[in-house]
Amino acid sequence: MAAKQREISVSEFFAKNRHLLGFDNPRKALLTTVKEAVDNALDACEEAGILPELTVKIEVAAIDGQPATTPAQADRFIVTVTDNGPGIPRKNIGNVFGKLLFGSKFHRLRMSRGQQGIGISAAAMYGQLTTGKPTRVVSRVKGQSKAHTMEFSIDTKKNQPVVHDCEDIVWDRSHGTQVSIELSGKYLKGKLSVDEYLELTAVANPHAQVTYIAPDGSTRVYPRGIEQLPHPPREIKPHPLGIELGMLLKMAHDTKSHWLSGFLAGDFSRVSANLAQQVCEKAELSPKMRPRDCVGQDAEKLYRAIQQTRFMNPPTDCLSPIGEEAIKNGLFKSIKADFYVATTRPPAVYRGNPFVIEAAIAFGKGDGGASLSENAEAQDEEVQAKAEGEEDEKETEQARVIRFANRVPLLYQQTACATYKATLATTWKNYGLKQSRGSLPEGPMTIFVHMASVWVPFTSEAKEAIAEYDEIIKEIKLALQECGRKLGIWVRKRQHAKSEYERRNAFQRYIAEVAEACGRLKGGKLDVERLRKQLARTAEEITGGDDTDRLLNLKKDDDEQELADAIIRTPDGSIQGDVSQLARQAVGA
Amino acid sequence: MTALKARKSNREVADTLEGLADLVVKAAKKGEDPKIEIPVRALSNVEFNQRKRIIEMGDNTTERTFFNLGMAKKFMQTLLVADALKVLQQDDISSSLREIYYRTKHTIAESSENTFDDQNESDPIIEDLEVTLTLLREELHVRAAEAGSIVGPVTLVEGGDVIDCSRQGKAGKTVPSIVEPGEVDIKKCSADFVLLIEKGTQFNRLSEDKFWRKHNCVLLTGNGQPPRGVRRLARRLHDEHRLPILVLVDNDPWGYYIYSVVKQGSINLAFESQRMAIPTAQFIGLSSFDPDKHDLPRNVGIKLSDNDRRRAKELLNYPWFQKKEWQREIKNMLDSDLKYELDALANKDFRYLTTDYLPRKLKEKDWLD
Repeated sequence: MAAKQREISVSEFFAKNRHLLGFDNPRKALLTTVKEAVDNALDACEEAGILPELTVKIEVAAIDGQPATTPAQADRFIVTVTDNGPGIPRKNIGNVFGKLLFGSKFHRLRMSRGQQGIGISAAAMYGQLTTGKPTRVVSRVKGQSKAHTMEFSIDTKKNQPVVHDCEDIVWDRSHGTQVSIELSGKYLKGKLSVDEYLELTAVANPHAQVTYIAPDGSTRVYPRGIEQLPHPPREIKPHPLGIELGMLLKMAHDTKSHWLSGFLAGDFSRVSANLAQQVCEKAELSPKMRPRDCVGQDAEKLYRAIQQTRFMNPPTDCLSPIGEEAIKNGLFKSIKADFYVATTRPPAVYRGNPFVIEAAIAFGKGDGGASLSENAEAQDEEVQAKAEGEEDEKETEQARVIRFANRVPLLYQQTACATYKATLATTWKNYGLKQSRGSLPEGPMTIFVHMASVWVPFTSEAKEAIAEYDEIIKEIKLALQECGRKLGIWVRKRQHAKSEYERRNAFQRYIAEVAEACGRLKGGKLDVERLRKQLARTAEEITGGDDTDRLLNLKKDDDEQELADAIIRTPDGSIQGDVSQLARQAVGA
Repeated sequence: MTALKARKSNREVADTLEGLADLVVKAAKKGEDPKIEIPVRALSNVEFNQRKRIIEMGDNTTERTFFNLGMAKKFMQTLLVADALKVLQQDDISSSLREIYYRTKHTIAESSENTFDDQNESDPIIEDLEVTLTLLREELHVRAAEAGSIVGPVTLVEGGDVIDCSRQGKAGKTVPSIVEPGEVDIKKCSADFVLLIEKGTQFNRLSEDKFWRKHNCVLLTGNGQPPRGVRRLARRLHDEHRLPILVLVDNDPWGYYIYSVVKQGSINLAFESQRMAIPTAQFIGLSSFDPDKHDLPRNVGIKLSDNDRRRAKELLNYPWFQKKEWQREIKNMLDSDLKYELDALANKDFRYLTTDYLPRKLKEKDWLD
């Protein structure tokens, strides 16, 4: 009875509270639908060890046979996501897409994009609620000769799929799944759009190839940057540190172990028989005590003893960080910049859940730093003379923060997110950047933060912002500082080179003026060209020609070691650092 | 350099300017950094000559060199201005500060940088050249704004025209910026004193009321800080016709400073004091004690701003304001925390200045030295 009640309430709950799941407005609903379908597709491919190839298509839906309107005016769309995954056996299709909370993701401690198993079926339900149209799935299991298609809707009371139509067809893919959902939505470009979401997905998943067919019919391909699949994460048991007393009691009650020490060693990760003994001693409890009897005072003693014991960090093969190389390549192929650096922190723990923070910075405008120097404007074809009161427009562009949880881009609620707060709390001034109080650092830069965890603590079910646990904030800051330090070295070298460059340039510019003025003062009795050359020679001696050249090209010196693992675009356009062949091809370098 | 010294010829001035180019050429030949020694124009480099009672420039100089990033642009600008000034000599024409700014302004080749961004950059360079080359502004053929007027029993000869300043209507005769002998000559003057007035409003009031006729004086105004022409003309009336100079200004720190500039010379143009300053000039008002003496209601006063208070305290420290009476005068203003404009006298009557205030001042000889 209890189970049934819960089932009924989940679907009905959604129908009434869809904003909690990211369907608050038509624009966000379209994004959430794409997001859930893409997350599912990527997870399916990776679990089967297949390099993902996704096609995301958004079409304007025709209503009542009326011709489709323009994408900007349309309020009904069909989202179709096709993957090259292993395919889904026919008997499971209805449950995967048409039943909320189906699947094994909720109960296991293992890193995956979807955590609650609520996403794709919620999208199907949203589509059904707003358009009355069923969800359509095509899937072909590897090795089968035909694909099966299925159309179904969801019985919100029973949380059950209702199948309308089911047949086998010939499909041009050898394996894979395609899901189509028609829904009420709004398509806008720019920030918080489907376009941005897919762009960022490509950054954090450089092993995937994503083809995007936008509502206006244009096709964009995000090519692969690397060919290695992320290593498959493993399921783990909870880590003893950070687990709460209530959870401990529940686990003690449910355990199959007969002894307390056996329970500790068997049901937690990183607890050896020896450590279990130690914990029992500290808690002054008998290792042979029945775990079920460990309640009240005893449970509290046990809990305290656990907190006072040092355990190894949880195993990290349950996590699949993107990796420094992959992040740098992902950024390199998607975001034009001059300097790329990434860092993957060692695993840490919050509330017994292991997590890894990765951060990266892409800095610059992708012109090799030329925009940093004065002569950038001179390169423009025609420079208009400046009138009095006119000034060079100096943009104070703030950094862009791109956030990811388990490789999924987070778009909404940036300011509520731990990543954003940790970015603000980092002192970027230490790294040669400007930062006003309480704002992001200034400069042409993208700050990348990724949290990989078996359980990412979101502030809401819509998975938009990471909750602020102290341990998480601390790790993010450490990761940003590590990247920042390297950026600082590079920025300072750049600035030094720039000021030297400007120095020499300023003299060169003024020399002509001075020589000509002298020529006029002397009323033509002066060899202006000779004076110019003499002054230029002196300028060269004073500003040290070779030093500047060396700095401008960032040639070898002591900092070389520090910047060895960064990707750097030099002023002459060449690229230093490890860039994969694929990523080079992607940007045509 | 005194008023009596003969003015330099165009040829001499042009040669002096050309000297700057020689200096650059010489340094360039030796591979050295060209340097121009410029006397410092700041409070740190002026001295109050107690005997002559004028502000004189000290001997401190600063080097302006080319191969120094902070100075390179200024160095270039200095040569551009020198070049423009030489053209004025060659063509024997005069020009204004603003025209020189426009003449020297252009975009530097292969950049979007302008040689000058605004006039505030070129004006000081002209002053630098004046002090560095010890040339007068008149000798450089640079006119200042003609922002002054004169009315009264004086006859001037300007460019061959005989001008009777008592027959120039209410607005009076404009004072040209260059009033050196030859340009302007004082042919006749029967006045007893000169009243130098800060603001045009009071000048107009007194001119309209023919105050100068009744009290036999010359009225002069510079509309604010008097320009060089007005100061120089007052000095010549003082030198050539022995006329005492009385200064009438608002009662605020700015008014005090205008008076001190007329009397001792300015800090910025200390090198001109010899020709400009009138050490016997007297301060007739408004005094900080006048509101009481003339029953001005408190509500026509203006509260001193932070800036006013700061400025007043600076004045208290100037060597030329060390007399007991002056310390009392300024401290009284600070104590009342109020300043008064001359215009406030209109609160009593529109013609209070003409009929009461000034006659009483003159009768009681109520002024400060």
